[in-house]
Amino acid sequence: MAKLEGETPVFSEDRVRALVEPHRHERGPLIEVLHAVQADFGYVDKRAVAVIADELNLSRAEVHGVVTYYRDFRSEPPASSVVRLCRAEACQSMGAEALVAQACEKLGVRVGERTPDGRVELDQAFCFGNCALAPSVTVDGRLYGRLDAGHLDALLEAL
Amino acid sequence: MTATVYVPRDSSARSVGADEVAGEIARLAGERDLDLTVVRNGSRGMLWLEPLVEVASSRGRVGYGPVTPGDVDELLAAGLTEGADHRLSLGLVEEIPYLARQERLTFSRVGVTDPLSTEDYEEHGGLAGLRKALAMEPAAVVDEVLKSGLRGRGGAGFPAGVKWSTVLATPTPDVKFVCCNADEGDSGTFADRMLMEGDPFLLIEGMTIAGLAVGATEGFLYIRSEYPDAVATMRTAIEIAHIRGWLGPSVLESGRAFQLSVRVGAGSYVCGEEMAMLESLEGRRGVVRAKPPLPAHAGLFGRPTVVNNVLTLAAVPWILINGAAAYQALGTGRSRGTQVFQLAGNIARGGVVELPFGGSLAELVNDFGGGTRTGRPVRAVQVGGPLGSYLPASALDIEMNYEAFAAASAMIGHGGIVVFDDTVDMARQARFAMEFCAEESCGKCTPCRVGAVRGVEVIDKIIAGEEAAANLELLKDLCDLMVDGSLCAMGGLTPMPVRSVLSHFIDDFHLGEDGQVRPGGQTG
Ligand SMILES: Cc1cc2nc3c(=O)[nH]c(=O)nc-3n(C[C@H](O)[C@H](O)[C@H](O)COP(=O)(O)O)c2cc1C
Repeated sequence: MAKLEGETPVFSEDRVRALVEPHRHERGPLIEVLHAVQADFGYVDKRAVAVIADELNLSRAEVHGVVTYYRDFRSEPPASSVVRLCRAEACQSMGAEALVAQACEKLGVRVGERTPDGRVELDQAFCFGNCALAPSVTVDGRLYGRLDAGHLDALLEAL
Repeated sequence: MTATVYVPRDSSARSVGADEVAGEIARLAGERDLDLTVVRNGSRGMLWLEPLVEVASSRGRVGYGPVTPGDVDELLAAGLTEGADHRLSLGLVEEIPYLARQERLTFSRVGVTDPLSTEDYEEHGGLAGLRKALAMEPAAVVDEVLKSGLRGRGGAGFPAGVKWSTVLATPTPDVKFVCCNADEGDSGTFADRMLMEGDPFLLIEGMTIAGLAVGATEGFLYIRSEYPDAVATMRTAIEIAHIRGWLGPSVLESGRAFQLSVRVGAGSYVCGEEMAMLESLEGRRGVVRAKPPLPAHAGLFGRPTVVNNVLTLAAVPWILINGAAAYQALGTGRSRGTQVFQLAGNIARGGVVELPFGGSLAELVNDFGGGTRTGRPVRAVQVGGPLGSYLPASALDIEMNYEAFAAASAMIGHGGIVVFDDTVDMARQARFAMEFCAEESCGKCTPCRVGAVRGVEVIDKIIAGEEAAANLELLKDLCDLMVDGSLCAMGGLTPMPVRSVLSHFIDDFHLGEDGQVRPGGQTG
């Protein structure tokens, strides 16, 4: 399963089956399997849903239902960069909404959208547990606290 | 002699540059041929000082902070490794009033030790609670927890010992489970995270004691996906604990089994609700199950299951070591022991404050927290997460205990305290409470699913001045309906912050003459 940094592997049923394998004997393994598949491919492909259902002896509807219920699981490949601004109360108290507006303006998108070139996706989150150092953002999974307008601008510029 | 320099690995510290500081210290120490090792400890919880660098000196641990990578050269030149004076010096860390005034039971090791060092853990009192439990009858362990008065720290405050005795008494055809709730979705809370990143073996020890006490052989730790560092640290710690024989088929060679695994959530707030969490652990949509049956009778995979919060379980080793009476001696009324309060939001000195129940909110916000970070007056404080009440600045003398909060139509919940200054628009905060519920509802029951959506619409109308009086009445009715009719506390508690805004901040709705609302009048 070797994978180069940043490289998205080509979809193959065998690859999905191999990802299921280590979890097969766990109790209620579906969500663990979906995390593993998404970590590998970057998203949960429709074709993967069928394979996972088959491997775990579940119906496709069941697997599909879980994929769509949870915010973390994507059915499409992600943009090359994902910016997630926290909009929960602690960050609100330190001006998170102004930062959201700034990011929307700068990227020319609304929350939940990606830039026209497809490179950057602006997303929101409800709490990273960094509430004493609010406001917070993650850029490609890396957390930044005590964010301000200048810092956010610099982070977005660097994408 | 090799100097030991500590730079936290806590994700809050990392979010403001701790990795860069640690890297710079190592690099420049190499250049200068300094004999030092960098230990990545947990955070002391004085988060406004992060990155907080410490050095072990003959006088004790000396702190410097907040340190930027650019400060490192100067710090080393000034004699950091000897704990020398510098403009960033904080003196002896344990003498900093914020820390010195706390009573740390659960957080005693966090920030002090290397979180993944088993030697550190044992040297600082780790495993003593588990050893004690192994020498006791299971029922005696349950009894000790019962007598301590420990109540669930996840929000509802249910007595932990009562839950445990139910699970102990419930027969099973095969296994029982211990599930630790580390979903910590409330904004303003981060103590579970800091404990998992800063002292993971303590949680393992607490869960193991719970397992031995109730006869459970398997444990699951459900951690939210927004906490990748906590997930990684707990996974590594569990692996080490299995290798060391702290976990596994024969815990500390007792012949009694307990094994533990981590499960990662997938971005759903309601999965912190215990029934939804169990569904999620079983690999399904996080939809709330109706109670009964209680998890203690038929929980994970239908088996008797203890579900407890991280801080509940992490309090147990201390109780076993020091005895129920010692824990019971702390606190007030029916709120016994310590609570790990978390100061968050617009606060000058945000962080973790562990104290016995009984101080006041003002003491936390003003004395520990130093008021707002913006320097403006405090206007509102939300305690207990998104489902908790907003208290006005005039009510901060409230005592920190479960009953006082209940009497004020509020809740302590998981101990999160989010401060807002006088620029906050409380009508928007009320709207957000409904919006959040609409977004996060599992959808199973109508009062929550539909009620929250209607709640947003109605608040929008009030804000826009459309038939404000009638819509205000409608909002109150809607709150009543959600409280009375929701399947779980997601819908059932969402009205709490909304009603608190109506009670204390009604002016922010800018109701005209026709609004017919008595200022500050009781609602709902
Ligand atoms: C919407 C909702 C979210 C919750 N989130 C959490 C959580 O993140 N962590 C937690 O420990 N309890 C949470 N709870 C409370 C749990 O349902 C449950 O009471 C708790 O895990 C029991 O453990 P304790 O008795 O040790 O507190 C939540 C409840 C509700 C209604």
